[in-house]
Amino acid sequence: MTDLYEVTYDEIKHLVSERALEGETMLLNMGPQHPSTHGVLRLLLELDGERVINCIPDIGFLHTGIEKNMEAKTYMKAEVMTDRLDYLNTMGNNLAYCMAVEKLAELDVPPRAQAIRVILAELQRIASHLVWLGTGALDLGATSPFLYCFREREQILDIFELVSGQRMMTTYIRPGGLWRDVPAEFEEAVRAFIDIFPRRVDEYEALLKRNPILLDRMLGIGVLTKEQALNIGATGPVLRASGVAWDLRKTRPYMGYEQYDFDIPVQEAGDVYARFLVRIHEMRESLKIVRQALDRLPMGPVRSNNRKYVPPPRSEIGESMEALIHHFKLWTEGFTLPKGAIYSAVESPRGELGVYLESDGGNKPYRIHWRTPSFDNLQTLTVIGSGHLVADLIAIIGSVDIVLGDVDR
Amino acid sequence: MLVELLRGLKTTFKAMFEKPVTYQYPEVKRPVRPRYRGRHVLKRYENGLEKCIGCALCAAACPADAIFVEAAENTDEARYSPGERYASTYEINMLRCIFCGYCADACPTEAIVLTDNYELTFTSRVEAIYTKERLLEPVRGEARPTPQQTPPGVYTRAVPKMADPQD
Repeated sequence: MTDLYEVTYDEIKHLVSERALEGETMLLNMGPQHPSTHGVLRLLLELDGERVINCIPDIGFLHTGIEKNMEAKTYMKAEVMTDRLDYLNTMGNNLAYCMAVEKLAELDVPPRAQAIRVILAELQRIASHLVWLGTGALDLGATSPFLYCFREREQILDIFELVSGQRMMTTYIRPGGLWRDVPAEFEEAVRAFIDIFPRRVDEYEALLKRNPILLDRMLGIGVLTKEQALNIGATGPVLRASGVAWDLRKTRPYMGYEQYDFDIPVQEAGDVYARFLVRIHEMRESLKIVRQALDRLPMGPVRSNNRKYVPPPRSEIGESMEALIHHFKLWTEGFTLPKGAIYSAVESPRGELGVYLESDGGNKPYRIHWRTPSFDNLQTLTVIGSGHLVADLIAIIGSVDIVLGDVDR
Repeated sequence: MLVELLRGLKTTFKAMFEKPVTYQYPEVKRPVRPRYRGRHVLKRYENGLEKCIGCALCAAACPADAIFVEAAENTDEARYSPGERYASTYEINMLRCIFCGYCADACPTEAIVLTDNYELTFTSRVEAIYTKERLLEPVRGEARPTPQQTPPGVYTRAVPKMADPQD
């Protein structure tokens, strides 16, 4: 046991202003149980009356040790933990992890699997943005959008249940392809969603976009300039709302994103309203991708035939001795990856989700680090949180769209 | 002003006649999809023999280390499953289980499957450990319960021929 380390007063003094030391301003803890922090986030606020002078995020309340825990599991078993990082982006996390493994193993993914991955990742983006829209509007006092958004989200989660058997902890995308091919009802279910959703998103936009109360709460609040956003390393809608057209799906295409025709919504203002507009448009663009991918969905296998990495189909187990050996070997020992390190990133609903995977040639990751967008985007709060009223800070936190499972891992 | 009020009311009245999207659980239960990953069941063959051969591949594949299997030898006088061995102990700790379905994927005989039952409750930690008796499918119809007395040299093959999942 190491000795308890006590932080001295001098070490943390710089976090607050001189006035706080003299007792002129007040220090207030917002969270970790505050409903508007969207999870167990503690914000230490220095207040001058109602005005926030300093906003210091304190993270770690939801630390799960997933990164460390993954080192103790084989590559196949470690994947179930990726679901539990950012629980609003399970398919995207599966995808990021599998892409890293596939890159290191130089494993090919069949075209059909790639297209299905894109469809599911984009549906997941819509689902995640719906949660953001619902809870963000709820924070600002609009209760009905929350219920509406969850209605549509449920439709997406039902599609996930259809393909993977679980609404949230999917583990559907596997190294080398998918768990199984999508069932026959998949296309119909996605088409039903495509048909209904454009009307719904228009309705949400009409409900919120020109609502004078909401506009007062959003316009000019929490302005993040282009330079600030780039310096902090913000990605995703937060960066794009500040006028930088950076989206990995366009700039570094993966999984065949270059075949699809879609736009990257960009706003210049950088305030809460700009982030709101970017995400609303992103839902429409995601739907465009889903439609195109579904129209062009190729037939064929959904898993790689490389038996060193992908378990054989069930029909072979009872007939082929080699298949049975591979099956047993993969489910006990797992596969080994060649020695080396890899970084692979996908565009999650919140920004650049990167996986740094280091292999020592064994069957478990030597080190796996997740570059999670929520963690970096959260740092913008110190910049854009100060100078506003406490009530505006609620709107700002909602607009940054953090998931605490993604921040602490 | 009045026009806007009426427009708002129109939306309200329209919503009154829409079919609700919610279910009145527990009176009405939401139907689940065929691939749903709920509580586990250990399957039997049509003649009543257990499919589980005690290979413990499910335990090895389990990311949460929730499964414990102990195997014992089959004899023709007391046969539980085809092949040499059967599971004398089979326990799943439902407090550890994350319902990822890896056990069902790994099982070489399709003995363990995840069903549509999502209503798992227990009031103690001991109750949360599902033993073989609780997991094993009940004997139905013509089937005989295990252990069975079987003719020698018939049930030698532990891993059956299987088809790819169709749903």
